[in-house]
Amino acid sequence: MALIEFSEKGLYCRKGDFYIDPWKPVKKAVITHAHSDHARWGSEYYLCHHFTKPLLQLRLGTNNYQSVEWNETVMMNNVKISLHPAGHIIGSSQIRVECEGEVWVVSGDYKTENDGLSSAFEPVKCNTFITESTFGLPIYKWKPQQQIFNNIKNWIIQNNKEGKTSVLIAYSLGKAQRILQPLAETGLPIFAHGAVYNIHETLINNGWKLPEVKRIEAHTASELIKGNIVIAPPGADGSPWMKRFYPYSVGICSGWMQVRGNARRKNTDAGFALSDHADWEGLLQAVKATGAEKVYATHGFQSAFSRYLDEQGIEAAEIKTEYGEEDDEVKTEE
Amino acid sequence: MQQFAELVNILGSSTKTNDKLLALQHYFATANDKDKIWVIAIFTGRRPKRIVNTRKLQDWCIEIIQLPQWLFEESYHTVGDLAETIALLLPEPIAESANEHGLAYYLETFITLEKQSEEIKKQFIVDTWQQMTTNEKFVFNKLITGGFRIGVSQKVMVNALAKLTELSASVIAHRISGNWNPLTVNYSDLLNDTGTEADHSKPYPFYLAYALEDDFTEKENINDWQAEWKWDGIRGQIIKRNNELFVWSRGEELVTEKFPEYNELKDLLPSGTVLDGEIISLDTNAVDTFMPLAFAALQTRIGRKNITKKQLTEAPVGFIAYDIIEYDDNDIRNLPLKERRELLEKLVSETHHAGLHISPVIVATDWDALRELRLQSRNNGSEGIMLKRKDSPYLVGRKKGDWWKWKIDPLTIDAVMIYAQKGHGRRSNLYTDYTFAVKDGEKLVSFAKAYSGLTDKEFAQVDNFVKRNSIEKFGPVRTVKPELVFEIAFEGIAASNRHKSGVALRFPRINRWRHDKKPDEINTLEDLKLMLKTYQDVNKESI
Repeated sequence: MALIEFSEKGLYCRKGDFYIDPWKPVKKAVITHAHSDHARWGSEYYLCHHFTKPLLQLRLGTNNYQSVEWNETVMMNNVKISLHPAGHIIGSSQIRVECEGEVWVVSGDYKTENDGLSSAFEPVKCNTFITESTFGLPIYKWKPQQQIFNNIKNWIIQNNKEGKTSVLIAYSLGKAQRILQPLAETGLPIFAHGAVYNIHETLINNGWKLPEVKRIEAHTASELIKGNIVIAPPGADGSPWMKRFYPYSVGICSGWMQVRGNARRKNTDAGFALSDHADWEGLLQAVKATGAEKVYATHGFQSAFSRYLDEQGIEAAEIKTEYGEEDDEVKTEE
Repeated sequence: MQQFAELVNILGSSTKTNDKLLALQHYFATANDKDKIWVIAIFTGRRPKRIVNTRKLQDWCIEIIQLPQWLFEESYHTVGDLAETIALLLPEPIAESANEHGLAYYLETFITLEKQSEEIKKQFIVDTWQQMTTNEKFVFNKLITGGFRIGVSQKVMVNALAKLTELSASVIAHRISGNWNPLTVNYSDLLNDTGTEADHSKPYPFYLAYALEDDFTEKENINDWQAEWKWDGIRGQIIKRNNELFVWSRGEELVTEKFPEYNELKDLLPSGTVLDGEIISLDTNAVDTFMPLAFAALQTRIGRKNITKKQLTEAPVGFIAYDIIEYDDNDIRNLPLKERRELLEKLVSETHHAGLHISPVIVATDWDALRELRLQSRNNGSEGIMLKRKDSPYLVGRKKGDWWKWKIDPLTIDAVMIYAQKGHGRRSNLYTDYTFAVKDGEKLVSFAKAYSGLTDKEFAQVDNFVKRNSIEKFGPVRTVKPELVFEIAFEGIAASNRHKSGVALRFPRINRWRHDKKPDEINTLEDLKLMLKTYQDVNKESI
């Protein structure tokens, strides 16, 4: 029997009797990271990384949480579980599961470039690797983040010259923190939508050092914001909430912006292909570095990616999960 | 090339017309004259011949990136644009691009390469790829593949040039039309019309109508308006100047050769005449009157270089004249319509040519009577009514106020979606191209494809449905559980042996999503055939 099964509630380890990122309430859930399609409400027990715990508390409320350090072993029955950095967002982890000498790793979401904020991705040797494949096509090749940051900064400075506010659309957990440092380097004040601010505050309260951000309140004077920077989550894009920033320019930070059609569909003024997921090369490198004999590809371009791996001599198959399918993929977290 | 790529980038991504206008003005103010001429040429459809087919481009790209063919195709279906797919797949240049060539260099090289061997073409293209950034490669590939639709209308470019030269937009629109060669014309000659040779072929920009506004008939007096049928062919201009005849289609394409039926007009029309009208297939058996054939007939004549005798007899083409805009060598666009109409009536009646007709005026004493008559549009082989203000000048482009189109409601049929495919452009990576079927007993028979008519939100919902309910995958096409019912609207129906259903539709599109209907409540093939029969019978009767 496989160490991890693909059940209708999620990835299930029968020997240890726990689930990884289940999409239905279960007894024991091991959580890769705090994004809403991976960490869901209703389970009796959650195991996660120390960094993830306050984020789960913020999003899921009070629950029975156990948190661990990277590489720390937790035993469930005779199954050894440990968490390893995935580089996706703060606290994001790959889950290593070992029983009787057989090792499986569930990647969760990951990226191979070190963003300086999420602990850098570490490949983990295993027999079977379950990998995400959000951007599993060779058209997705990211530029180094410094280059993208420079583009964002130049765009902001240009907007400021024209008296326009720069509204950056970034997922409130992950991307919003990742772009803060370069944004601060422009010297312009940074304002945040409430959803972004809540995450920010939680992180600050837990000892993270992040550049200063002001919460946008109903009474915040528009004059204060004018010509400066606003960070807003995808849901706010195009909503009446944005009207108060007029005149403004919208820039979306998302890997989907790699393709022009997506940017045009979102009717955005600027698209920055900045992603917290691995690009094509990153996925291939990660898979090879695990040394896995068997690979399962999930959420994304899983059929193309697994077929390619298969042709390269790495036994691979696609599996259907419910990750990354909550919303339209362009809106969805990333 | 960087400057042009930057321009294309702004035009393609900007959401505001004013930003596009500014970007174009900036380009025309700063780029060199040779490049500018080529920009005008490209945006008015005067591109060099395609030097290689897209298949070859794809093969060369695959050769460089060393990925399997199927993965290239998978990428293409996701991106929805071949030029962009290739640009994204190719590696970035190793060094920062030191490539200083402008747009004109590449386009003029294409012309010199036209007759060269494939090896030489390949070498040029592959070398160029290696020097360019992704954005430049995209633009370069677009120049090769053609189809430069990047979110800017010719009107915006004309306005930018008008601003810069301080000439009126209609003067610019006229000057950049007609038969000029970007290789030999220079920028200031083109815009200042100081070219040594006058261009006798030059057409006028077409005046286009808007769809009628709701309260129109309440506000307006019918006596101020001229009503005509709205014919469904290709809008065109027939020009007789200097003893030569030129025929232009609305797409600014010179189509004189395609329609030999007009040849005689060269001798029959007085010199210095420009007629605006409809290029249309007509039943020639009718004497002194005319009956249009279905648009499908004209379609057999479009896009063919050599016309066979058979086509000439099966789909003869005539011209229904709407207007006269040059008379006796004078541009008379500023005369009121009623005066132009008098001249046109006189000219057509004196010109004895079997295919040349005047678009008849519909007589109605009040709006209600006209509304009644409009319902019979299909019986005349027309698609509605045109309303033109009797004292209106002939304007440039689409302008509100003087000309209106009042189309009849389309034909509709309820159908179920059975296949879906990802779209292109702004619909990339989204299932937006659908095939629909009607019932034939227990079976479903596909009869139409449609890509438009839903809101972005509805497209997102259907996309989601397709992803969750696809049954099989054939290349880019997914077969989908036949569950979603849509009302399909179309302008006409014709018999076709190319389609499984036996019918071909004109302008099919999605009218609305019938959430209220189940798949077993859709229309049948029988219904479609009945519609075809009714429609054909009508077409056989004469007016």
